[in-house]
Amino acid sequence: MLDAIGVKSMDELLVDIPRSLRIEELQLPAGLSEFETMAQITALAARNHVFPDRLTFRGGGVYRRFIPAAVAAVTSKPEFYTAYTPYQPEASQGTLQSIYEFQTMIAELTALDVANASLYDGATAVAEAAMMAHIQTDRNEVLVAGYLHPEYLEVLRAFSEGRGIKIRKGSEPSQKTAAVIFQQPDFLGLLIDAEALTEAAHRVGALAVACVDPISLAILKPPGEYGADVAVGEGQQLGLQPSYGGPHVGFIACRRELVRRLPGRLVGAAHDAAGRRGFVLALAAREQHIRREKATSNICTNHSLCALAASVYMTYMGPEGLRQIAEVSFKRAHSLAERLTALPGWELAFPDRQFLNEFPVRVPKAPAVIRKLARKGILGPLDVHRWFRELKGVVTFTCTEVNDPRAIDELLAVLES
Amino acid sequence: MSEPLSFELSRAGAQPPRLPEADLAAPGPADVLPASMLRATAPGLPRLSEPEIMRHYSRMASLNYSISEQFYPLGSCTMKYNPVANEVAAALPGFAGLHPYQDEDTAQGALELMWRLEQALCAIVGVDRVTLQPAAGAHGEWTALRMIQAYQHSRGEARTEVLVPDSAHGTNPASAALSGFHVVEVKSGADGRLHLADLESKLSPRTAALMLTNPNTLGLFEREILDIAQLVHSAGAMLYYDGANLNAFMGICRPGDMGFDAVHMNLHKTFTTPHGGGGPGAGPVGVKAELVPFLPAPTVERTNGHLTLDFKRPKSIGRVRSFYGNFGMLVRAYTYIVAMGGDGLTQASHDAVLSANYLRKLMEGDLEMPHEGPCMHEFVASARNLSHEGVRALDIAKALLDRDFYAPTIYFPLVVPEAIMVEPTETESKATLDAFAMAIKEIVAEARSNPQALHDEPKNLPVGRLDDVAAARQINSYLQGLSEDPVLRWKAPE
Repeated sequence: MLDAIGVKSMDELLVDIPRSLRIEELQLPAGLSEFETMAQITALAARNHVFPDRLTFRGGGVYRRFIPAAVAAVTSKPEFYTAYTPYQPEASQGTLQSIYEFQTMIAELTALDVANASLYDGATAVAEAAMMAHIQTDRNEVLVAGYLHPEYLEVLRAFSEGRGIKIRKGSEPSQKTAAVIFQQPDFLGLLIDAEALTEAAHRVGALAVACVDPISLAILKPPGEYGADVAVGEGQQLGLQPSYGGPHVGFIACRRELVRRLPGRLVGAAHDAAGRRGFVLALAAREQHIRREKATSNICTNHSLCALAASVYMTYMGPEGLRQIAEVSFKRAHSLAERLTALPGWELAFPDRQFLNEFPVRVPKAPAVIRKLARKGILGPLDVHRWFRELKGVVTFTCTEVNDPRAIDELLAVLES
Repeated sequence: MSEPLSFELSRAGAQPPRLPEADLAAPGPADVLPASMLRATAPGLPRLSEPEIMRHYSRMASLNYSISEQFYPLGSCTMKYNPVANEVAAALPGFAGLHPYQDEDTAQGALELMWRLEQALCAIVGVDRVTLQPAAGAHGEWTALRMIQAYQHSRGEARTEVLVPDSAHGTNPASAALSGFHVVEVKSGADGRLHLADLESKLSPRTAALMLTNPNTLGLFEREILDIAQLVHSAGAMLYYDGANLNAFMGICRPGDMGFDAVHMNLHKTFTTPHGGGGPGAGPVGVKAELVPFLPAPTVERTNGHLTLDFKRPKSIGRVRSFYGNFGMLVRAYTYIVAMGGDGLTQASHDAVLSANYLRKLMEGDLEMPHEGPCMHEFVASARNLSHEGVRALDIAKALLDRDFYAPTIYFPLVVPEAIMVEPTETESKATLDAFAMAIKEIVAEARSNPQALHDEPKNLPVGRLDDVAAARQINSYLQGLSEDPVLRWKAPE
C-alpha cells in the first residue's frame, strides 16, 4: 500500500506532525488475546456484588424490573447496534422506522402531540425542557416544585448556569417564571397535585414541565390530559438493565405549539417518487449540524439503541401488560408499606400522601438497618437523608413485579430479627 | 420491500403477555387513588404476540445498512468494527446488574474499571485527569467549556467569546452557545488549515477558548499547532480539543503535548463502542492540572487499592448527567483498550492513516482533491469536477448505496463545495478499499456517460429517494394547525 501511495515509510505520511510532538510509545501494557482480556474483565465484574432482583428494594431512579428476553434479542442484532445515525435514509429504514414507533409510543403514553428520538437520560431531559421553556417564554427563572430527583436538579443547575437561568425551589411561580418543573411521582415516590401546579404555571404564562415515570402512566392521568406542556422522563424501566447508572434513555414530548423548540432528532414519514412510504430525519433546521450556534440544543449522538430497547419492551407489554406490571408493583408496595409500619418505631414519613410503588418510611437507625439487610443479601432501602437534611431517618423502599411475596417475607424476617 | 408499523400490525384480540400476579391481598390503584388522578383510557400501544414482534424487528433490521454487513466510510464518524467481546463484557451480570446507589464497597470492580479507564485515557491523550460522566461528544464539549468558564470565573475573568474554525463540527458552536458564549468564527486558509493571521485578529481579552480538532475535519494535521497554542495561551485563553479525530494518532502524538488544556474523546468512535443507530455513546473529557478542581462530581479516587467516589469537590461545575456516565459503554471501551494494548492502539492509528492515504490515492483520478496530501485518517474529496454533468455529491452517495456501500459524509465540512468526506478506518481490508475505489470509478464514468441514471439512484433499496421537502411542508401545515396529520408520529385513521 505504501508503494501505491508513493511513499517509502509510514513516517512520510506523518510528516505534518512536528518532530517535537512525536512520542516513542504509549505508556500502556501490551495487547492481549480475547481470552486473556475477558479473564481480566470477568475478574473485575466478579469484584462487584450484585444483589438478586427479587431481593432488591432500592430504587431512587433506577429500578429492577422483568426484562423480556425479546429486548436483548433485538438490540443485539448487529444490523441495529452497528449502524450509524440514519443520515442516508434509504439505507437506514430499520433504524428510522423503529424511532418513529418509539416517538409514537412516547406520545401515546404521555398523551402529548409529539415526542423526539431520545435524549441521554432523565436528568438531561429535565434540563433540555427548561431550555425549551427559557427560549419559548424569554424568561430567566425556572421553578422546581417538590422533591425532584436531586441528581436531576444538579444537572439542571449545571445546564442553567451557562445560560444565566436562575433556579428557585417552591410552588408559586411569578411573572418571571419560564417553567414550573415537577416530578410525578416525586423522588420519594409520593404523588403530587400535578394538575394544580400546571394551572399555577399557566396562570403566569409559564410552561408546565412534568417529569414522569413511564410505567406509572399505565395508571395515572397522563401529562397531556392535565394540560402539561412538556413531559420528560427516564426510560430505564422500559427494558434496560441498571448497568451502574447507564446507558439508559431520556424522553421528551410536547404540545404541537412547542415542536420547533424540541431538542435533538425527530423522525417523520415521507414518500419516494414511486409513492412508497419511508422515514426520514425531519425538522433538522432546529439542529446543531444546520443551525450551529442557533440550534435548540447541542445534542447530536443520543440514545437510539436504548430507545429501541424501550420500543421492544412497550410493544411486548402492550397496554394491558404495562397496566398489569404497574398494578402488581402498586399492590406489592402497599402490602409492604403496611407490614413495615407495623414494626415498632417505623412509620410512613408522609402518612397523608399517596404513592405508587416507592414510598418513604421513617425508621430508627436507618444506616444500621441498611447494613443489616446487606449482610443478609438484601439490597435494602435508599437513605435519602444524604440529599435532604430535613429527612433524617427517612428511607425509601421500592417494590416491583420482581419482588415476589416470599421476598417480602424474607425482608420482614430480617427486619423483625 | 417494506415493513408495516407495529401499530398497523396490532390486533385488538392479541393476548397480553403472561406476567406475574400480585399474589397477595392489597388494594389496587382504583381502591386508593381519587378517580381524578387515574388514567381513563389505556395508552395506544400496539398489541402483538412475541413471534409477531420478533419478525417485525427482524424485518426492520434487514432494512438497515450496518458495519456488520457494509463498508461504512463516514468521514468524522470513525465507523470501525465493533468487537463482539465488548458486548459480552458489558452484559456480564457483575456489571449489567449493578445498581448505581449500591455502597461503594460492593462496587469495587466497577470503580476499578472506571479508574483504570481514566488512567489509560490520560496516557493516550496526555492529560492529568478525565471525567467519564458525559454521555456523548457534544455533551463532553459543553462539559469542557463549562470547566473553562468556571476556571476563568475563579480568576475573576469574565471572558465571553469562543473561537470556532469554519470547518468545525456543528456541535462546537452549539455547545459554546449552550454555555452562554458568543461564537466567533475563524477562517481556514487555502491549504485547509487554520488561518493564523485570522486567528490572531480574533483573539482578544474576551476570548475564553479556541475549539479545535486536530487533524481537522479535512483530515489535515494542523502543522502550526504549537504556534496556535502559543497564540491562544498568550491571549490568556484556553485551547480545547474536539476528539472526533483522535483515531489518527494514538501512540504517535498527544493533544496534551500540543498544548490543549481540555480534550473530549468519543468512545463510540476511537474506542469501538458501537454507534447503535445514533447512540448511546460516551464523551469523557480530559483536562490539565489547572482545570482538575472544576471536574464534574463525583470523581473516582483510589487509595491503597480501595476505590471511592469523591463528591466533595467545592469548585466542581456540578453534575452533567445522572449517576456516573454511560457505564456500559465505559466497560466496552476499556475491554477494547485492554485487548489492543499500547502496541495495538498505535498500530490501529498507523493503519487508519495508511488506509486513508491509500484510498485517497486510488480516488484522486476520479474526484477532485481540494487539498494537498498526505492526509491523516480521513480525507475530503469534492464532486465539483462533475458539476458540468449536473452530478452532485448527493448523487454519488446514493449510487454508492446501490452498490452495497454506505455513503461517505457529504456536504461537510462546509468549507468544501460538494464535499465527500471519506474515513475508511483501520479495520477494513485492502480488498474492501479497492472495491470501493472501483465503485467510485464506475460511478464517475456513469456520471460522464449517463448522468440521469445517477439521479434515479438508489434503485436497489427498500425505498428510493424520499421527498423530505414535501414531508417538511406537511409538518409545517400540522404545526400551523392547518392539518391534523402530525407526520412525526403514527395516528390511528379516523
